[in-house]
Amino acid sequence: MGEYTIKLPDVGEGVAEAELVEWLVEDGQSVREDDVLAAVMTDKATVEIPAPTDGVVIWRGGKIGEILAVGSPLIKLEVVGEGNADEAGAQTPVEAPKADPAPKPEAAEPVKPAIAAELPKPAPAKAASMPMSSGAPRAEGEKPLASPAIRKRALEGGVDLRRVVGSGPAGRISHDDLDAYFNAGGNPAATRLARTANTSVKDIPMVGLRRKIAQKMAISKSRIPHITYVDEIDVTALETLRGTLNAARQPEQPKLTLLPFLMRAMAVAIAEQPQMNSTYDDDAGVVHQHGGIHMGVAAQTANGLVVPVVKHVEARGLWDCAGEVGRLAEAAKNGTAGREELSGSTITITSLGKMGGVVTTPVINHPEVAIIGVNKMRTLPQWDGTAFQPRQMMNLSSSFDHRIIDGWDAAVFIQKIKSLLEAPAMIFIED
Amino acid sequence: MSDLKCKLLVIGAGPGGYVTAIRAGQLDIDTIIVDADALGGTCLNVGCIPSKALIHAADEFQLAKHLSKESQIGVSVSKPSLNLAATMKWKDGIVKRLTGGVGGLLSKAKVRVVPGRASFVDGKTVEVAHEDGTTTIKAENIVIATGSQPVELPFLPFGGKVISSTEALALKKVPEKLAVIGAGYIGLELGIAYAKLGAKVTIIEAMDRILPTYDAELTRPVVKQLKALGITLHTGARAKGLSTDKSALVYETSAGKRAQTAADKILVTVGRKPTVEGWARESVVVDMDGPFVKIDDKCQTSMSGIYAIGDVTGEPMLAHRAMAQGEMVAEIIAGHERVWDKVAIPAVCFTDPEILVAGMSPDEAKAAGHDVMTSQFPFAANGRAMTMEAEDGFVRIVARADNHVVLGIQAVGKGVSELAAAFGLALEMGARLEDIAGTIHAHPTQGEAFQEAALRSLGHALHI
Repeated sequence: MGEYTIKLPDVGEGVAEAELVEWLVEDGQSVREDDVLAAVMTDKATVEIPAPTDGVVIWRGGKIGEILAVGSPLIKLEVVGEGNADEAGAQTPVEAPKADPAPKPEAAEPVKPAIAAELPKPAPAKAASMPMSSGAPRAEGEKPLASPAIRKRALEGGVDLRRVVGSGPAGRISHDDLDAYFNAGGNPAATRLARTANTSVKDIPMVGLRRKIAQKMAISKSRIPHITYVDEIDVTALETLRGTLNAARQPEQPKLTLLPFLMRAMAVAIAEQPQMNSTYDDDAGVVHQHGGIHMGVAAQTANGLVVPVVKHVEARGLWDCAGEVGRLAEAAKNGTAGREELSGSTITITSLGKMGGVVTTPVINHPEVAIIGVNKMRTLPQWDGTAFQPRQMMNLSSSFDHRIIDGWDAAVFIQKIKSLLEAPAMIFIED
Repeated sequence: MSDLKCKLLVIGAGPGGYVTAIRAGQLDIDTIIVDADALGGTCLNVGCIPSKALIHAADEFQLAKHLSKESQIGVSVSKPSLNLAATMKWKDGIVKRLTGGVGGLLSKAKVRVVPGRASFVDGKTVEVAHEDGTTTIKAENIVIATGSQPVELPFLPFGGKVISSTEALALKKVPEKLAVIGAGYIGLELGIAYAKLGAKVTIIEAMDRILPTYDAELTRPVVKQLKALGITLHTGARAKGLSTDKSALVYETSAGKRAQTAADKILVTVGRKPTVEGWARESVVVDMDGPFVKIDDKCQTSMSGIYAIGDVTGEPMLAHRAMAQGEMVAEIIAGHERVWDKVAIPAVCFTDPEILVAGMSPDEAKAAGHDVMTSQFPFAANGRAMTMEAEDGFVRIVARADNHVVLGIQAVGKGVSELAAAFGLALEMGARLEDIAGTIHAHPTQGEAFQEAALRSLGHALHI
């Protein structure tokens, strides 16, 4: 029997470390070649690490949430025949999984044994953790916890103990609890114990995507002085146009939402104010003004917020934008969006659709300088000079990096978008 | 003969029946109890009590034999001898005292005892056949407490050298070679006792291990002791019958080969079955639940006014379950509001060492959907166990991981049966690990292992 060390492979260009987000095997478990052992996450993508050979897991190099350097030992297997323990230094790292379409030559570079020696030992398994001092209260439908004497008293008093709130540890019912129930005339809501304090604390480790989101948000909010500007837009004409286009669309064409119209309107407005389509490297003191408009479109997934990017909106038509948004949103939800599709944005749109609220204060996607937030559409009465008319109204709530964008410029930008959306034909008029 | 009337008629004077009757008497219910055999039923006459007497005698003899050889504690005796007839007489004396005691308690509770065999006539009428004829009893309420009886193997019917536990408790001399079929608790208790009394014991078990209803961790110390006592154990083996010259038991080994073991007595302990015949069950309409009489949570059968308790109503077939049911039924008949709401029915195997279980096993708790934490404390780290030369075994606690409520407690070790009181109380009171850990357990006692197991689950056992 030999020992076979699997190292954290190079999972993407320029990535030096990855976060361990999931163990799919346990110590002592037998694995077959190609079984997935663990999942690691880089800046944007989650990558599964497969077993290169059959074996039994004898060591796992880290806890969930730990950041591991590329090339550091990830897992050790006991394998039939000779392992690779003696030649750990000369061992070619495991082939990088498909997330990296073109492995760089240096991926095959041997890892120095010294690195392996420096690695911290995995923490010893902790003794059973103390969840809380008094235990979780009784859950709905669970058998009430009470001594025989109390059960008997309740039965004789015609009380179903499931209706009595227990104040004791783990929700145990005491004689006092039963007294309180009787005194309250059998109304559990009226007993002084009806609302017990829940002193439990559940510790949820910040790992994976949630940790990424937290880091990004903290950077955005701590480094960028936001200015948020809100204006309302009459989208009645836009909605009529959208309805007409959707009714007449070809079967292969995607259904149009409001987003592709907004994207096109923004592209037109950016042509007049290119500074909106920038990224600000505040460490270097340089604003990169981008020619290509790469729009991030924030999407909610089961794991949290991700921002797939529609590249080169300036070169896409309305239907093209709609198709790309739909494709990327789907990929993000399925977790199949690649690293390329989740990075490189120059300006971002955030829209919660029907959940969009009236006003939001969007957080700029660092290092961009602007984010456009879409609020929900409502039918509101508008005074046309002689009478109130029902109009479809929608707010745009947008934030700008006040270091780069002055309030005046922000206002001009939004007013341009507003004028385009209120007279949507203007979006499509060339020159 | 004369006709009798009463408010409550109890059929069967075993632990379930007599407790029902005594409690009913205390509650001023006019009660009659009927049994064809001696008061006390299987438990007192041919079960729990006489077997424990025999086991005690066997243990004492074993100890004397042990001390007559090598002894590390500085006590030695000359070679002991056994007078089984005297042992049996002593055992019968205890049985007589207890059954006599039951008679006294019944009469103190003003319960009328009618000896004879009861048969239902209808839901309110029972005929009792006895030497002097037949007595017809009309009762408002009837409790069926007819108990259970040993299961017979069709190819090895009881009689001659094939015996049940009843005969095994009344042997005139220790058989030279004893074959035991079935390594359940009854077969093991008696097999171990007779091995200690000098018999060459062979146990045949059809399953792949002894006490198959208990987990292997609990039964391991018993397997070890079987070996130490020179008991031969064949698991995965099936008894086939007597050899042609009737001198040996023929069985099929786990490999499917025929083999035989010479035997002077063949003890068949392959389980017990509820006694659902012999009391004219067909005269009443009580629904069945498999082989058992079906009852609800008040021990009420499908017929109003007819209750059933004890072994006839299902597993676990244990005297203390029957007694608790009987007490409850008497109170229900007296008009009290009662319902079966017990958390745990502890069970003991008086093997060597003893096994005690109360509540859920780790596997049962998991199967019930609980996220559990399990810890055990070995007697090898318990001072009292060391001073008794009884370091084998452990106490194990199964608790819910989220709120530490104890779901089950198990133990194996010498004398652990006495821990049943603590285990049962902890479960019935809804104890959490912290409650057990926070209770002072006297030193030096084996009970400390109980507290230490709880401490260990909480991550801070002191003596390990």
